[in-house]
Amino acid sequence: MKLTLKVWRQKSKDHKGNFENHQIEASEHMSFLEMMDVLNERLIEKKADPIAFAHDCREGICGTCNMVINGKPHGPMKGTTVCQLHMREFNDGDVIVIEPWRAAAFPIIKDLVVDRSSFDRIIQAGGYISVNTGQAQDANSIPIEKDVAAQAMDAATCIGCGACVAACPNASAMLFTSAKVNHLALLPQGQVESSKRVRSMVKQMDEEGFGACSNTGACEVECPKEISIENIAAMNRMYIAAVVGQQDQV
Amino acid sequence: MINLDPKIPKGELGEKWTQYRGTMNLVAPNNKRRIDIIVVGTGLAGASAAATLGELGYNVKAFTFHDSPRRAHSIAAQGGINAAKNYQNDGDSVYRLFYDTIKGGDYRSREANVHRLAEVSVNIIDQAVAQGVPLAREYGGLLANRSFGGVQVSRTFYAKGQTGQQLLLGAYSALSRQISLGNVRMYNRHEMVDLVKVDGKARGIITRNLLTGKLDRHAAHCVVLATGGYGNVFYLSTNAMGCNVTAAWRAVHRGALMANPCYTQIHPTCIPQSGSYQSKLTLMSESLRNDGRVWVPNKVEDAEAIRKGQKTALDIPEEDRDYYLERRYPAFGNLVPRDVASRAAKVACDEGKGVVATGLGVYLDFASAIERYGKGEAHSKGIHNPGKDVITKLGEEVVAAKYGNLFDMYFKITGENPYKMPMKIYPAVHYTMGGLWVDYNLETNVPGLFALGECNFSDHGANRLGASALMQGLADGYFVIPYTIGQFLSNEIRTPKISDQLPEFEQIEKEAQARIDRLMNINGNQSAESFHRRLGAIVWEYCGMSRSEAGLKKGRQLIRDLRSEFYKDLFIPGTKDEFNPELEKALRVADFLELGETMMVDALDRNESCGGHFREEYASSEGEAARNDADYTYAAAWEWNETEPVLHKEKLEFENVELKTRSYK
Ligand SMILES: Cc1cc2nc3c(=O)[nH]c(=O)nc-3n(C[C@H](O)[C@H](O)[C@H](O)COP(=O)(O)OP(=O)(O)OC[C@H]3O[C@@H](n4cnc5c(N)ncnc54)[C@H](O)[C@@H]3O)c2cc1C
Ligand code: SF4
Ligand code: FES
Repeated sequence: MKLTLKVWRQKSKDHKGNFENHQIEASEHMSFLEMMDVLNERLIEKKADPIAFAHDCREGICGTCNMVINGKPHGPMKGTTVCQLHMREFNDGDVIVIEPWRAAAFPIIKDLVVDRSSFDRIIQAGGYISVNTGQAQDANSIPIEKDVAAQAMDAATCIGCGACVAACPNASAMLFTSAKVNHLALLPQGQVESSKRVRSMVKQMDEEGFGACSNTGACEVECPKEISIENIAAMNRMYIAAVVGQQDQV
Repeated sequence: MINLDPKIPKGELGEKWTQYRGTMNLVAPNNKRRIDIIVVGTGLAGASAAATLGELGYNVKAFTFHDSPRRAHSIAAQGGINAAKNYQNDGDSVYRLFYDTIKGGDYRSREANVHRLAEVSVNIIDQAVAQGVPLAREYGGLLANRSFGGVQVSRTFYAKGQTGQQLLLGAYSALSRQISLGNVRMYNRHEMVDLVKVDGKARGIITRNLLTGKLDRHAAHCVVLATGGYGNVFYLSTNAMGCNVTAAWRAVHRGALMANPCYTQIHPTCIPQSGSYQSKLTLMSESLRNDGRVWVPNKVEDAEAIRKGQKTALDIPEEDRDYYLERRYPAFGNLVPRDVASRAAKVACDEGKGVVATGLGVYLDFASAIERYGKGEAHSKGIHNPGKDVITKLGEEVVAAKYGNLFDMYFKITGENPYKMPMKIYPAVHYTMGGLWVDYNLETNVPGLFALGECNFSDHGANRLGASALMQGLADGYFVIPYTIGQFLSNEIRTPKISDQLPEFEQIEKEAQARIDRLMNINGNQSAESFHRRLGAIVWEYCGMSRSEAGLKKGRQLIRDLRSEFYKDLFIPGTKDEFNPELEKALRVADFLELGETMMVDALDRNESCGGHFREEYASSEGEAARNDADYTYAAAWEWNETEPVLHKEKLEFENVELKTRSYK
């Protein structure tokens, strides 16, 4: 199939960016990133600057890849990262617009590569259970209901890609943050610290410059791991309880 | 020859670790605060080590070339992690896990290390659960297990098909906590490009800031490498695109030894290659072999018809199918170890029975499992005489609950529905048992340089059993290095802070810079990627699933030729002082080109077949690997040089296990 790509090029966060057009012949068996590889090989052959894009596992699990394709983070297929997207989802003659995540808290590094270290800092603010190595009791000493464990697992599958932020008109990181908060709060081991955790993580999220949540639901639609927006509601409840609780203590 | 002392503690096998730990030199808390440790790599091994060393009070600096520790290749591990918990009461024990691992490794690993691994395996599960890792559970709320290849007990813990992800996120959370407490300083997007030794001891590294290209010096009392495996030397592998050998190989250039590089694991269940543009292969977890049955058509004509698209799997009647693993290995059936399963697939395809267009593919079929589960579900739901549709529907639901995300992944990549059509699979490079030589303390032959996780050679011998890499990485990081590092550091408590202004740092930084300049200045015509692809094809052809003396000699020469071409005709776009993924790739390919040759040399030296190393000259009459224990019961540790790598041997002593022909029949 013959395709026209309109790709965002930007030398660094301090340079102005623009769209660049490329024609490419692709096979429907290729993955989207393999198509980008082929394009880059051609650019390098012509001694031109290849398009910088982020990727690593190419299996939809590391959360590295990030492209907005025709306005949709991770492209048209539901529950799928760009690296798992295949060209059979496109038609001969299509024009495909490729952009990076756009959010103040994700500055552009080059072309389609952005800096998502703000996510790491949110986790560092409290996305853990305070247990040192060697302090654990036997794993089966805390039975956890199968359904509860499964719910925690569903929240824990977040890959930290940032598509939720890219999809959100306010560039809010609520889905990402709430997934971690809930994963830990659902488990008995995590409950001890949950009110402190939710306060510090939300605080860090705000400090990083992510926007406020206005319940558009765009995050859930674009999340490649189909993290449920229920997590946001649950976190809001926890947050309110935690803040009220904190005032009580004063 | 360098004397490779494995430093195995005295005592009975089962007592060694406990006794050793109890008598080891310790570093007092006030001294720990004055000691700096560099940890390179923050996958399972590195993140768990950095977090634990931080908790103990050391000053830790941790490095990753990724943009976050959470992205390490460990994230992609699907199937599970072993531990000798015996929660299923099926006869498992520390000894059995030890024995299975030694046997699975075809008697080419060190007894004492493997036993320790089996001992600490149980602590890993406790630690992970305490961190909030949501491992799969049964209805009673207790942890669930599944089986993996090469064993007859159910000891594998898992979190859907995302075990590596969940364990890494657990280690990452522990690491994040230490970062927030100021005990660990984290350097993302920093690639180690060289190792600095001072007076013979590892005292620091040179890193390249991948965003700016700037080289930096980092000094410490010791250096821990946890930089993963080198499977990407094959170009096409199931490893993440960024996996590389550079950190370990740079250490080899500074005197560390590379042990058993030819021991590489070819995983039997991967999605077959579909085109030449492909840069990455995808694994289908081994856990699928619990329920999937591997087969090819009995008749070559049927296979041909399938390859031409005239027939499908469903057109082949039961009696014309060859479930070759069940036939050849009745005791273990579809759950034979990986090396055995991979070779059997190759044999079937070499006979012309492959079922994909390239001829390189076999079936992994879930129809029997769907039927079996469907009947079971119908029965437990009280449905009498269920129709075929009902059984299939119920069975598919059970299979989806167990393997849903793997089936989805298969569908996304191939566009075929594996619930209705058998999956097509073929072996692909997956893991590297070889790695930096380390002693019982996980210290290399360079004092103060340690290696953990997939980047060392310990524990798996010539073949790794499924679900034991996660176990080893976390054992090394959480439960071994925090103790054994004290053996080195307890002698360093009077050593003042190491300065990065020492002439050694200046010199090594210059050399690193010169290497980068050399590549940038070639200004030829071919991309790093294209050299990598060609290298991979050579290594796969001559040092892949089956090897021969003539092939290895030829392969070695081809790599040498390719290497000289690389230094004449490489082209790297952009400059060195910016974010430049092509330069990163070129530096890594340069190291792969040397490692690839060392693999050939190692495989040539080893005149036997064992585990993943299959030499055509050394096979039994039934086509099974034929070991030569009299001459090759050693770990081969290589010192690199351009003309002829030098071999150093560590003799492997088996005091507790009798060396037998490995049989899964
Ligand atoms: C698809 C797949 C599935 C798997 N499934 C399983 C499974 O189910 N069970 C199992 O037990 N094993 C499995 N394995 C194997 C297992 O995942 C790996 O062996 C293991 O995760 C390796 O962990 P590690 O910490 O040693 O290295 P990695 O996770 O590879 O981490 C390496 C780290 O080193 C860093 N690094 C490397 N070089 C440098 C450098 N020069 N400078 C700075 N940083 C550097 C990287 O950034 C990264 O942080 C699987 C492997 C694959 C490929
Ligand atoms: S919540 Fe979904 S979209 Fe957001 S970071 Fe996690 S996986 Fe990505
Ligand atoms: S490259 Fe890892 S999720 Fe896409």
